[in-house]
Amino acid sequence: MGKPTVAFFDFAGCEGDQLQVINLEEDLLHVLEMVEIVSFREAMKGHADTYDIAFVEGSVTRRSDEARLKEIRQHAKILVAFGSCATLGGINLLKNFQEPENVRRFVYGEHFFQYETYSARPLKAVVAVDAEIHGCPVSRREFKAVLTSLLLGKKPDVPNYPVCVECKMAENVCVFDQGMTCMGPVTRAGCEACCVTAGSFCWGCRGLVDDPNADAQREILSRNGLSLPDILKRFRLYMGFSEVSK
Amino acid sequence: MSATTSIRMDHLTRVEGHGRVDIRICEGRVEHCQWQVVEAPRFFEAMLRGRKWYEVAHVASRICGICSIGHTLASLKATEAAMGIKVSEQVVNLRKLLLHAENIQSHILHLGYLVLPDLFKVPSVIPLASTHTQQVLLAIRIHRLGNEMSTLLGGRTTHPQSAVVGGFARWPTPSDLSNLRSRLEAALSEGIALAQFIGEHSANVPAFQRETEYIALADPHEYAFYDGRIGSTEAGTFGVDEYRQVCNEYCVPQSTAKYTRHRRDSYMVGALARLNLNYPHLGPNARNVAAMFGLRPISHSPFMNNAAQMVELVHCVEDSIQRIDELLKNGVKPEKASFAVSAGRATGCVEVPRGILFHEYEYNPSGECVWANCVIPTNQNHANIQKDMEALVDQFKDRPADEIEFMVEMLVRAYDPCISCSTH
Repeated sequence: MGKPTVAFFDFAGCEGDQLQVINLEEDLLHVLEMVEIVSFREAMKGHADTYDIAFVEGSVTRRSDEARLKEIRQHAKILVAFGSCATLGGINLLKNFQEPENVRRFVYGEHFFQYETYSARPLKAVVAVDAEIHGCPVSRREFKAVLTSLLLGKKPDVPNYPVCVECKMAENVCVFDQGMTCMGPVTRAGCEACCVTAGSFCWGCRGLVDDPNADAQREILSRNGLSLPDILKRFRLYMGFSEVSK
Repeated sequence: MSATTSIRMDHLTRVEGHGRVDIRICEGRVEHCQWQVVEAPRFFEAMLRGRKWYEVAHVASRICGICSIGHTLASLKATEAAMGIKVSEQVVNLRKLLLHAENIQSHILHLGYLVLPDLFKVPSVIPLASTHTQQVLLAIRIHRLGNEMSTLLGGRTTHPQSAVVGGFARWPTPSDLSNLRSRLEAALSEGIALAQFIGEHSANVPAFQRETEYIALADPHEYAFYDGRIGSTEAGTFGVDEYRQVCNEYCVPQSTAKYTRHRRDSYMVGALARLNLNYPHLGPNARNVAAMFGLRPISHSPFMNNAAQMVELVHCVEDSIQRIDELLKNGVKPEKASFAVSAGRATGCVEVPRGILFHEYEYNPSGECVWANCVIPTNQNHANIQKDMEALVDQFKDRPADEIEFMVEMLVRAYDPCISCSTH
């Protein structure tokens, strides 16, 4: 029996998640000892029609792209939504809150009608998804952990506690104590609070934990000076899809 | 050979994003030859509207996974110019280092993982890991250095967090910088060794050139990446805020990315354009590498963009060493930027791995972005890719289809296109 086959695909996105696979550096050679990559347009020529695991990056933003995603679903034993655009809709959701024709006209002027688009959505709005790796971009450590679980036939373990837990472990000074605001209290961990460690705050790119205390989050943001429209905007930066539909 | 040759590549591989090629040669005549961009538009300019001044770079960074540092810096420069915010000399120096980190990471990714397989006619770098293990490990080491340098200065490899409006949210320590310096010293000889290896195996690069205009940042004092005026090999220089007169974006039916033109039907941006305009400012080692490839301005071969990237990689390493020496001599003093948020409109421009990048924003008095425009390197290259492809296919139209297909793939790859970024 050969090695399990893995394929990478992408829809609307920046390909920053697939880049993290290349960013595994020497470790990528170890990954290649365990699996055979049969399709990875960004890095290799050639393509296979079936694969055991498909990692799919990006969100769906055109009706005409649905057929390609459904085909990938058909050919994959396991489909993994790879990165925030795929798991949540990601930053692409920002256009969903503007009038669609205005969005197209603003970018393409009078030629707007040539450019097909619809509300950006995560993969799970179009096909069944077996596993999710959140993050903008994904964490290399988490990619390896999820891949290992899948190869062992286990369900990947996705943290269901907020970024604050990892932020404490990283020994960061709380963002609110530094006079900024943060989405860490409601955002799913797994990133090791990398943005706070880098001097910034949590933007919420990994989506909400399963049972977020959204009311307390709204209250703390408002207590720290954000107006209601600003709070809404902050939630919508990455998490706007749940508002539209599921 | 049959009377009609059709070449159709639905998704060109080993490039960023989705591009398509459609060629038909009939009775020895090229009837159709088209480069098509089918990438889904994300409408970034519209998505930036309504975001606060401190969120704009975060959103703009997502235009591109590979050149997220460049997008972040072009964005910060636009915001700072719009609000009249001045940054200190050490901030400029650290940002220049951060841009070098991205250039090192991106150029080695392109040369080592995407171009190298063509030189050995294999589908990817994976088989080379067994046949040319030492060289692949060398490429990986340089790639890792680029990424670790990005992490040290920007907080992450992709979508940096530490570069913020006014300066930095986290500062490297002197010991971080001296460690980095010794890594760079090692990378200098590794880069030269890799350049030699690539030079020795470039026999199957097509002999092809076509005159075109080259556009890049130009500066009288240094090889321009972060600051300068817009330079053209055919039309002098322009202020950054005149970028729209240079780019002249327009829509074409075969591409979701806009095209641009200046003096001719097309122009080229990227490493070769920068080298054509900044050659006298290359460091000594980089200049030796340029000589190794026989690369001197003005080179009109798009395939030489690969060599120019190799030259720049060495230049970025040696220039980084110098900058670190300067930073260590003066000492890095963490500073807190103080500025007032205000209304304004301005353009920010930097050179990113694939060429000159413009972000222009307008802010209202509460610091909310109300208008945005981004002109991306690859979207400036699409028209030139099209023109080169026409000339290349015409020159080699009598060759077998698989040879033409291979050359066309190599041509597009030489531009190192960032297709999803170009559509944005």
